[in-house]
Amino acid sequence: MRISLVCFILVAIFTGGAAVAKDEYVEVIVTDPYLEMHTGPASGYPIFHVVERGEQVTILKRKTDWFKIRTSKNVEGWVFLNEMKQTKTLDGLPINLSDPTLAAFLKRDWEMGLMTGDFEGAVSATVFANYYPVRTLSLELSATQAIGNFSSSIMGNVRLMAHPFPEWRASPFFGLGMGYIKTSPDSTLVRSVDRDDPVANVTVGANIYISKRFVFRIEYNNYKVFTSRNDNEEVEEWKAGIAAFF
Amino acid sequence: MESWHCRLFLKATFNIFLGIMILFGTSLQAAEPLEQKAEQIILPDLDRREIKEAKIDTEDFEVGFYVGLLSIEDFGVNGSAGIRLAYHISENFFAELAVGGSEAGETSYEVLGGSVRLLTDDQRIYGYYNISLGYNLFAGEAFFGKRAFNSDLYLIAGIGNTVFNEDDHATVSLGVGYRIIPRDWFAFHIDFRDHIFNSDILGADKVTHNLEISAGVTFFF
Repeated sequence: MRISLVCFILVAIFTGGAAVAKDEYVEVIVTDPYLEMHTGPASGYPIFHVVERGEQVTILKRKTDWFKIRTSKNVEGWVFLNEMKQTKTLDGLPINLSDPTLAAFLKRDWEMGLMTGDFEGAVSATVFANYYPVRTLSLELSATQAIGNFSSSIMGNVRLMAHPFPEWRASPFFGLGMGYIKTSPDSTLVRSVDRDDPVANVTVGANIYISKRFVFRIEYNNYKVFTSRNDNEEVEEWKAGIAAFF
Repeated sequence: MESWHCRLFLKATFNIFLGIMILFGTSLQAAEPLEQKAEQIILPDLDRREIKEAKIDTEDFEVGFYVGLLSIEDFGVNGSAGIRLAYHISENFFAELAVGGSEAGETSYEVLGGSVRLLTDDQRIYGYYNISLGYNLFAGEAFFGKRAFNSDLYLIAGIGNTVFNEDDHATVSLGVGYRIIPRDWFAFHIDFRDHIFNSDILGADKVTHNLEISAGVTFFF
């Protein structure tokens, strides 16, 4: 009894991947002379089946730029976006599949990425998410960790950024931000206390569209750390990284 | 006779007036219905179907966990474990965030010295995160007996932080991994990573290589 239950659960797990209601799937008709079906979602996987013009296929799912389809004879395989774009819906209309291009980059709503660079001699790593309510302005949230030889710091920032030339492929931006920085000295040094300080920053940089979903980003930041000591601290940071947009 | 002329004139005037009124009135009244009519005529032709973006389930994210062995330089080989989240940007590139940890053993000095302790228990906790970019180098089928499985051999490089001896260390990690994908939605991983960072735990500042070999499972969603 227990073994059969385990078997049932295992079977359910292994077949469960395709358990979505069938009517939710998109059906299309092949208009190219043929569609090549690969065994997996990359060009390196072998072609094992060909669908001819006029045949109806069901789109099951998508992984990056590859579509898993099922033919009328229940053969399942993966087809590349460029070939898939040549299909038509059952109404005879061209299918609209999201294809990240420069045009999509210019209309992006979200951008997420990671950067690394030099934070006044320390190595810094940053993750960020950027939201564009309009094309010329964006709001960014970022977290940065900078690790130096004598201390390390972790910092969170909120930033308003202006993109004066949003239609350029390499689009410059300027930003003003505020945040918090927590600095901890290395324990091998003479013990000193951790510091929590507010921080303000100005930034200048550029987003450069590479291809597909990739954006290269380079920026310079100037931070003003409002310390509890007599002097405020100024920190310069250079960093570069990549982002993906949605 | 005169009255007849007068009547004729009046009738003509009235007719013209009526004619003008009718013309004016209808043209004034017709302005709107005509437009409505035009709309009605065109409407069936305007029965245009909006081309919406096809709703297709995407599976570009991968989440999972792994267990392995981590060789912490000077502190022996110890068990390690972690979780990873990846986003597949294209068929070749993916971005990955991994968070893992281990606990350092004893240095040979401590083993030989008996009661000597270089680090406290808290200081022996080794934790790390890294954000990496991976590249699927060899995507292809791997055969297990007669069954074919999809697989990827990937190269991965990233930056991050390692907390060890209660200190942060900027870390570069380089590695190679192998992903076997028995089903579209889950995969087995075998990973080999080198976590490289500067350390001054044993006095002099030096570059340490901390090698980790791990096996794990991930799920695509």
